[in-house]
This record gives sequence, structure tokens and C-alpha cells, in this order.
Amino acid sequence: MRRNILKFIGYSLLAGATLPVSASPAAAAPAQLLNVSYDPTRELYTAINGAFAKQWKAQSGQDITIRQSHGGSGKQARSVIDGLQADVVTLALGYDIDAIAKRGLIKPGWQAELPHNSTPYYSTIVFLVRKGNPKGIKDWDDLARPGVSVITPNPKTSGGARWNFLAAWGYGQKTYGSGTKAFEFVSKILKNVPVLDSGARGATTTFVQRGQGDVLIAWENEALLATQKLGAGKFEIVTPSLSILAEPPVAVVDANVDKHGTRAAATAYLKYLYTPQAQEIIAQNYYRPRDAAIATKYARLFKNIPLLSVDRHFGGWNKAQATFFNDGGLFDQAFEAAKR
Amino acid sequence: MRAFTRPGRSPTEGPLWLRTGLIALALGYVGLMLLLPLSTVFLEAFREGLAPYLEALKEPDTVRAIRLTLLVATISVPLNLVMGLVMAWAVTKHDFRLKSWLITFIDLPFSVSPVVSGLIYVLVFGAQGWIGPWLEARGIQIIFAVPGIVLATVFVTFPFVVRQIVPLMDAQGRAAEEAAVSLGASGWQTFWHVTLPDIKWALLYGVLLCNARAMGEFGAVSVVSGHIRGETNTMPLHIEVLYDDYNFVGAFAVASLLAGLAILTLVVKSLLEWWHGDEIKAKGH
Repeated sequence: MRRNILKFIGYSLLAGATLPVSASPAAAAPAQLLNVSYDPTRELYTAINGAFAKQWKAQSGQDITIRQSHGGSGKQARSVIDGLQADVVTLALGYDIDAIAKRGLIKPGWQAELPHNSTPYYSTIVFLVRKGNPKGIKDWDDLARPGVSVITPNPKTSGGARWNFLAAWGYGQKTYGSGTKAFEFVSKILKNVPVLDSGARGATTTFVQRGQGDVLIAWENEALLATQKLGAGKFEIVTPSLSILAEPPVAVVDANVDKHGTRAAATAYLKYLYTPQAQEIIAQNYYRPRDAAIATKYARLFKNIPLLSVDRHFGGWNKAQATFFNDGGLFDQAFEAAKR
Repeated sequence: MRAFTRPGRSPTEGPLWLRTGLIALALGYVGLMLLLPLSTVFLEAFREGLAPYLEALKEPDTVRAIRLTLLVATISVPLNLVMGLVMAWAVTKHDFRLKSWLITFIDLPFSVSPVVSGLIYVLVFGAQGWIGPWLEARGIQIIFAVPGIVLATVFVTFPFVVRQIVPLMDAQGRAAEEAAVSLGASGWQTFWHVTLPDIKWALLYGVLLCNARAMGEFGAVSVVSGHIRGETNTMPLHIEVLYDDYNFVGAFAVASLLAGLAILTLVVKSLLEWWHGDEIKAKGH
């Protein structure tokens, strides 16, 4: 009995002592990549990873596993900065990758590395409402009405939420003519928000699964997933008169791939996203593809609506982030105003 | 209080309607707040039958999450068992200057939010942290890897063992051990034949609680995990992932394992109390 206990403790300590060694990266024969992504891309990258692994095996003869990590885009960027060993990041917006680049983990100018500003797919922001649209929601104005409960995630941690906020702001500014009016407008919407989830998927679960809220401001891909797959017939998509061009970019994390010896595989992985095969998977997962032929094939899924651009209408993500989402920025002010 | 009670009735006993009402309320509350949610876990897990349930538990990422959870528990529970004994020994059988400090600090993990417990490790071992860059230069990964998860778990489960045995060892006093030593027993013999027999059930109980928490911890582990599927997701984290993937059978299947563990802990605990109630209860928990 005593010997057994001692043995057990001994083995446990031994296991503890050897862990750091086994956890350090090893460039063994089968390759492994870690894709740190934002919240709603779970299904997309599960499909992409399987297809890429097959293609990579055929091309290089090497087995490859791609691990996934999902969460709010800002939170994920923070984790990579804190040492999460991402080989590639596929985040919700350029600013979050810029934040990683600022710490020296990604080379400056990363956004010019791949076509279309390193965004192999794009999306926009739409509304998801319950079947029959009981609150009669047609456009952004209806979200500011008293008595309408709006679900949107927290822009501090979620990339989708930042697109949501900018889309609402852009609509407010265009419709009511000034920044002050836009501020009042988004404050009214925020007043209708009962809870801010940390990521887009969390917000969708709150709306779809827990049955909270009258309208979910969501990525078009999340809304399509909810209507087509989850609760077919339980939800409807409402497309606002104006929305935003939401471009989620991808990048190789230079410092990490050099450390892991995975640069070739990581680069090939991201380039693969632009191939017709991957573009088809992208469209099937309700993201808007860049490939013209595939886009035509799936055109019935994606409505043609006027889209604001962060670069043209908000002066780029660096400026938008500083103006709206940094501490004390317009989001914080509007959120405070909404609480009053 | 006595002024309110009528003669012939125990002072704590009210009228019949009050008694039955209170008992019904207590049972109803336990049923509504504890048993109902717990039964939904099993109901949801088996919603589509036994085959999908078993299938969900065989899914590779789920198997890895279970394995990781077991690994984390096999490291952190024995560690806290040994260190718990050492600390309990130190504070009950010895006098030293910082003793009251030590007693206070043992309870710290109970009063700190688990999220904070996780964050302190990120601040220390993270790439931007105090010793993170030094570790990284040597290829040692603590945060967003298994060692970080173990550290966070050890932190939150730290007090369980020691808290269970300190009251007993305190009550025991030092006389028996002093006698053993004066009769020529070695330190180890004294511990094994004099101290341990008195505390073994409380110790086992502490280990059970420690293990339940080690396997079930969410907050602290969530902060240091990095949420890499099939790699750094423990069972509680994997449940969240599956739930957010809309894989409800999978989520509740894993949840049912954790709930089963909780029930097992309760059953063993009740049995222990039944058999060795006096020893465990000696001085309250």
C-alpha cells in the first residue's frame, strides 16, 4: 500500500517534470499547424482543414494536422500576443492582426502578402429575427425603437461586434446627417441590448438557443447558418438598406512559423484559401467568395446591398479603432449614455 | 426566543403547517434548483438515444479532452495531497513566526475569482509577462499549454485537502506524537502509525473534493488554455466548445460524465460520513 502510493506520487512528479519538454515544439515528420481564428469560423475551417490536409499530402507527401482555436477576435489576438503558438491567424478584422504585428510577431505590410488585402472571403452585417418577424424589423431604425431587444456581442472582445457598431454608426450618420446624431442613434440601439456576449457565436447561441432578444445583429454567414442549418423555418434574415463590407483577413505569424519550422506549410495553407476548391467550401459555409465564378454560382445566397467601407468611410481600422473602440472612445461613451 | 414558545413544545418546533410548509419548500427548492437542471443534462445527453451518446464520447477531440482532464487531475491532486499534508503538519504541529500568515494564505484561492487566478499566470508566464520571454527563449511553453493548465488547476484546488485535515490535526494535539517519538519511533513511523490513522477519512474526503474541482474547473483554466481543440481543451472547456458548435448531444454527453463524477463524489462522501462520521465531523469542515 505504502509503496504503491509512493510510486504513484513519484510517477506524478515525474510526469510533471517532463511536461515542459514534451510541450515544446518539435519539427517531426508529420506537420502540425495552429490556426487561431475568430468565433464563427468553426465549421468553415473544419471543412477547409480536411480538404487542405488531403491536398498537402498529395502535393508534398507529408501528413498535416491543423488545430483550431476559436473565440472573440480581439481576445484571440491578445492570446497570440501573450504567447499562444499560432502559425496562422484568421481574424475578424485587420486591426486585430495589426495589434499582433505591432508586437513584432508579424512583419509589417502583412496585408499586402496575399490577394484582396489578404482577405480570401468577405461578409457583411445583417439582422436575424424570429419567424414571421413579429416586431416588424426592416432597417436599422427599428433597432433603436423602444421595446425591441437587440442581441450583439461586445466590441471590446469581438470583431463582429465592431463591424456591427460601425454599420449602425454609418447608417445613423448617413440618415441623420451628423456624427452627433449618429452618436444618439447608436446610444438608442445600445439601450436595447440586454447582454454583450464576448464573441459572435456566443451571441448567436444567446439568440437562437436561449431564445433571448427580438433581433440579432450578426455576420451574414452566422445568420445564414442559423436559417439554413440550425433552425430551418424558425428564423428569418432581414437585410438592412445599408450595411458594411466586413473583411476578415488572414496572416502567417512570422515569429512562430520560423520557430516551429512551418513557414512553407502555413503559407501554402493560406494560399489554398484562394483556390476554386476552397472558395467553393467558403461559399458553402455562407462566406462571400472572392472567386468570380464561384460567386456567380452561389449568388442566390448573397443579397446585393450598398456596403460602407472602413477604409473609405471611417479612415481605416487604425483610426476607427482609436475613435470608436479604445478605452474612453465613442463606443464607451455611447454605452455609458445608454445606461442613463 | 423562549418567550415565543408555548410550554410542552420544543423551542425550535413551529406549528404543523409551518413545519410541512418549510420542508416542502426546502425539498422543492432543491428539486428545482439542483435536481431538475442535473436531470436535464442526462435527458439532453440521451435525447437521441444511446448510440449517438456513445458515438459523441468516441469523437477524437472529446477523447483528448477527457484524457487531458485526467492527466491534469493525476498531477494536481497528488501534488495538493502531499503539499496539503505538509502544510497541515506545519501549522498544527509546529509554532513559527509566519504561521498565522500561512493559515490565511492557504484560503486565498477560495476568495480569489478563478479568472483572476488564471490571469496572474498569464501575467507571470505569458510572452509579455515577467519571466515569459526568458522561458520562450528556452523553448518552454507554460501558458496555452498543459503546464499552464496544471498550474491554474493546482492553484484553485490548493486549499481542499489542507482545509479538511487541519481541524482534525488541531484537535488531535501533539501528545500522541510526542509519546511515539519518545518511545523511539522515527518521524515517518510516527506519521504513518499515529497521525495518519486519525485523519485518513478526512484526507480521503479532501482528495475527493479536490479531484472533483480539478476536473470541473472552468474559469481559471479557460484563461490559460488558449482553447486549442484536441490539445488544450479540458472537459469543461470542451463542453462549451461543443455547445457553441451546436453539437448539443456531444456537449451534454461530456457534461453527463462530469455530472456523473459529481454524483459519484457525493455518494462516496455520504458513505464515508456514514461509516466514519465521527472522525470526519470532529471539528466541522
